[in-house]
Parts: sequence; structure tokens; C-alpha cells
Amino acid sequence: MKYWITYCLLTIIICSCSKSEDTINNNDAYVPIPYQLEVPQHFDQLLIDPIIPFDNPMTEEGVSLGKRLFYDRILSVDNTKACASCHMPQNGFSDSNKFSIGVSGNFGNRNSMPLINLAWNFDDKYFWDGRALGLEHQALEPVTNPIELENPSWSDVEDRLNNHPEYPNLFNQAFGTSTITKDLVTKAIAQFERTLISGNSKFDKFLNGGATLTAQEQEGLNVFMDEERGDCFHCHGNPNNPLWTDNQFHNNGLDATFTDLGLGAVTGNPNDNGKFRSPTLRNLAYTAPYMHDGRFLTLDDVIEHYSSGLQNSSTIDPLMKKVEQGGVQLSEEDKNNLKAFLLSLSDPSFINNPAFLPQ
Amino acid sequence: MKKIATLIALFLTLTACSEDADDNAVAETNASVSFKFTHNWNDQLLDSSNFENLDLTNENGEVINIDRIRYLISRIELINTDNNLSYVFDGYKFTDLSNEDTYDFSPETNAVPLGNYQLKFIWGFNEQDNINGAYPDLNIASWNWPDMLGGGYHFLQFDGMYNVNTTNPAPFNYHNGTARVSEGVFEQNFATITFSESFTISNNATIEVKMNIAQFFTNPNTWDLNVLDTPLMPNYTAQKMMQENVLSVFSLGEIIQ
Repeated sequence: MKYWITYCLLTIIICSCSKSEDTINNNDAYVPIPYQLEVPQHFDQLLIDPIIPFDNPMTEEGVSLGKRLFYDRILSVDNTKACASCHMPQNGFSDSNKFSIGVSGNFGNRNSMPLINLAWNFDDKYFWDGRALGLEHQALEPVTNPIELENPSWSDVEDRLNNHPEYPNLFNQAFGTSTITKDLVTKAIAQFERTLISGNSKFDKFLNGGATLTAQEQEGLNVFMDEERGDCFHCHGNPNNPLWTDNQFHNNGLDATFTDLGLGAVTGNPNDNGKFRSPTLRNLAYTAPYMHDGRFLTLDDVIEHYSSGLQNSSTIDPLMKKVEQGGVQLSEEDKNNLKAFLLSLSDPSFINNPAFLPQ
Repeated sequence: MKKIATLIALFLTLTACSEDADDNAVAETNASVSFKFTHNWNDQLLDSSNFENLDLTNENGEVINIDRIRYLISRIELINTDNNLSYVFDGYKFTDLSNEDTYDFSPETNAVPLGNYQLKFIWGFNEQDNINGAYPDLNIASWNWPDMLGGGYHFLQFDGMYNVNTTNPAPFNYHNGTARVSEGVFEQNFATITFSESFTISNNATIEVKMNIAQFFTNPNTWDLNVLDTPLMPNYTAQKMMQENVLSVFSLGEIIQ
């Protein structure tokens, strides 16, 4: 018993000592500076806190590194393409091409999704079909996709980065290790992507009391919020949900038969066939073409689809009203007003924000 | 040295014992009560695995498929039948039938004095709680009710297709919230759900509340989807019929303690 107590005390003392040594070692390491997201005032008031994974806290160094990687062609097999090649700032971090062009000149079959306010995608499902869970996982796929950045494997990319004259030190500053792995690469990119916040459109200023809507924009909002006319708000937010998306998956009546199953191909559930994630309506002025396959070149085309172009199918969302008549049959005036309102959600300061642009 | 070690060991032992004693003391007078909501269509249990795949027949005879059911209740309250004192649980319950994680309600602040109780809650939000944009988790669910219809929040979103056994199925959107009487004039449309049964809380308990979704189309108003399918949000008569029908939707189930 006497020895047992002595051993216990000795263990406690040793543990205390080893803790102190750890602290000393940590003090020697570079400590990254915590990054504070600039959250718009009305987001702070109306939305729950953005998603920051506990294992990827945002730091100044991490965001800066993520931004550099986002624009660096080193992530492609032949140094010709970067994330930004298909997610261009001037297009709301989307692509003005219907389908993006990969390293070898091949096209995909989906339009590049805009990268806007991703920190508030609370279900954390990404891509049009939701196949990636978590922003960190989303960034894994394009790097080795054979029609995108086309690397045979992530280890090739890791080798290039580990042999780079600057990246090992930048990773050390951001993550405390100079050994670069794919997980750290995507963590850094995700940190940068979470900073891509758009909350300063004319309509945001209106919400914050700093702008007045035109009569046409105000009437367009009424069309948007009216279940008897546009009924856009059930899937695309409202003034109290300024994300302007529900981030959920819907079949919005694009096709009677499906060549692309969307969510259904991911879940294997036939009820999900033809469903795609609702995109945000922010920055529509910059993100054409529209829909998961970029089929509509203009906003007028989109509005006309909901007004008269709906196609019935077994999984069409019941929120698609009057499908037997092709849609909600908006008047020309309603269409023009709705368009004016939708354009008030575009935010020039987002696409021109120097913090988001390459240095 | 030996004495110090003995004192430390004694202190640790006493501390451990006192924690147990506290726990026992709480359990003797108060209980932790949680709620389990189950959903059915008459005799058919509905959950996330089957509700989209069933052909269901309503009271009026239309065969329907359900696409989406989300609903809100608030002010869940236990009323002591001996002294008429109420224990109101904080928060509200937002349920999405596609997400079983939302079926249960376990209030954080939870110390119900033992006794005999009746259960009561509000369907939706009452006028005091139905504040435009006030609840961030409901905002991000796009649960808001348009300002032009009185604002606040939906109480129910029940979407599906009817006449699915014909060549012309059509959508319905059975959405419930504040009723618009006329332009700019609104009427509160929440309902108070009171259960007549009295039960005894003698220990920590889980109370089952059953929701028979078929009743939305049944009692007292037999609902004809061929007449009332969509849009229903701006339809005052439809909104008041929903308010009446919801009173027969819920019933008390099993109480486990």
C-alpha cells in the first residue's frame, strides 16, 4: 500500500513534468493567427453560426495558403488548370461555359457550381448531386477527376507540393507540419472557400436600411413571395433567409425523362432521381448559364421555364405548381418585375473583393 | 508523507460519494421528461424509410403520395392535475419526417416535479412567439411565412401528389400558418392541443405522442383535394379548416418510465 501511494504520486509528478515539456515545445512552434470571418450583420442576426469543422479551425495562414492553392495550377497534372479555372471570381466563382473544360480539353456534364456563402450550407453536402459530405471532401475529387485536373493520384500532387520551394514552409505555418498531404491541401482550400461571403447586394443594403428598392424590384419580391404567382420562396429563401437557397434537393421539372439522375445516382433511391441542389440566387448577374447542366443562357429563360416550361415526371417536386399547364403562367409584367428583384441580389463587391482575388 | 497520501485518497473518496448523493436527491423529487413523436396514416406507421413509397387513401377517396412533411409545435407543457401548476418546456419542436433525428424532443432544462399531469402544446407558434425572422434555425430551413400573409412561420408543410391512381396526378401543398382575412388583415391560426388523459410521472419518463396524418383530411372537415390542392396559403377558408382538423391529429401514446 505504501509503495502504491508512492507510485501514484510519482506518476502525477511525472505527468505534470511532461505537460510542461509539451508546453515548452509548443511555444517553439509557429502559432497561426485565428481568422475572424467577416459575417454580415443581418447574417449574424438571422442565421445560425457558420460551419467551421472543429478539426479545421480557420487561421490567417490557412486562409492565405488556401487562396494560393485555389489559384495555383500546380494542382493540375500539367500545370495548366487551377480550381479558379472553373470557379472564376468574375463569374461568382462559377464558369461562364456551360460545361467546364478539363486539362485535356474534355468537357464535363454539369455546370460549375458557384462558390458563395458555403459556410452556411448546413447539411454540408456539395456538388449538384450532394455526393461530397463536407467542404474538405468536396475539394478532393476534382484534383484526380480524369476530365478535370486529371492527376493520376493525389500522391503525385503531394510530391509536387512537398518538393516546392515555398509550400512546405507555408503548410508548416498553417498546420504545424511541413509534410504536405491531400487532407491538409483540401483543409486549406476549404478555409479559403469559407471566406467567400456575399452579403452586400442592393437587397442586403435594403434589409440593413441603406438602400431603397425600386417599385419594380419591390413588386418582383412580391411575385417571388406569392404562392399564387412565383412561389419561389419555398426553395430559394426569403428576406429572413438571406442565403437565397434552402440547400436542399429538388426536381424542378426540367425533364420528363432523366439522362442525369442527380441525387438519385448518389443515394440509389429512385425517389431522388432528377433531383439537384438548389443553388443560391445571389449573384445571378454573373453566374450564367443556369441549372445543373447550364441549359439556360439567360435569366429570362429560367423564369420562362417556371412559368410555362415545366416537364412532368414521377419525382417532380409538388411545389412545381400547375405542371399540367407547364407552370405558374406569369404575366409579362410579373416576369420583368421578378427579374428586376432577382438582379438586386447581385453583389458587385463580392466579385471584386481583393481578398478573394489572386495577388 | 503516508498521512498526506491517505488524506488525498480520503478526499477523493468523499468527493465521489457526494456526487452520487446529489444525483439521488434530484431523482427523488423531480423527473426528466422527454417526448417521442411517432407518425402514422391510420394503422400504417410512417417513418423516413417508407413515407415516400406508400399509396395512401384519404377520407374523400383520393389516393395520394407524400413527398414532404415538416411541422412545428411549441410550448410543450405538463399541467399538474392536483395543483394546476404548469411546467412549460423551453423551446419548440421542428420535425421533418425525412429526418428521424427530429422525431424526439429532449428539453435541456428538465426537472418536472413528480405528480399527476396532463399534456398540452401549441400547434405552430402562438401570437406571442410567432415573430418574423426571430429563430435562425427555422430561417435556414426556409420555414418563414410570407409577410403578405401575416409573416412569422409555417406551422405545417405537407406536400405530395394526389390522384396518383389515375393518369392525371396533381400536386397538393397543404401548408398551414397565419390566416389572411383580407389584404393587410390577418388572423392568428395556431391551435392548442390538449390531451384529456391524466398520467402519473413517478420517474424519468418518455412520453409518446402519436400523429395521425390522415386526420388532416378527415375530421371535422372531409378534405377534397380536387377542390383544395394548391395554393392554400392565401386561402382563408382552407387555413381555418386546417386549424380545425389539426385538433384531431394528435393522441397520447405509451408512457415509459
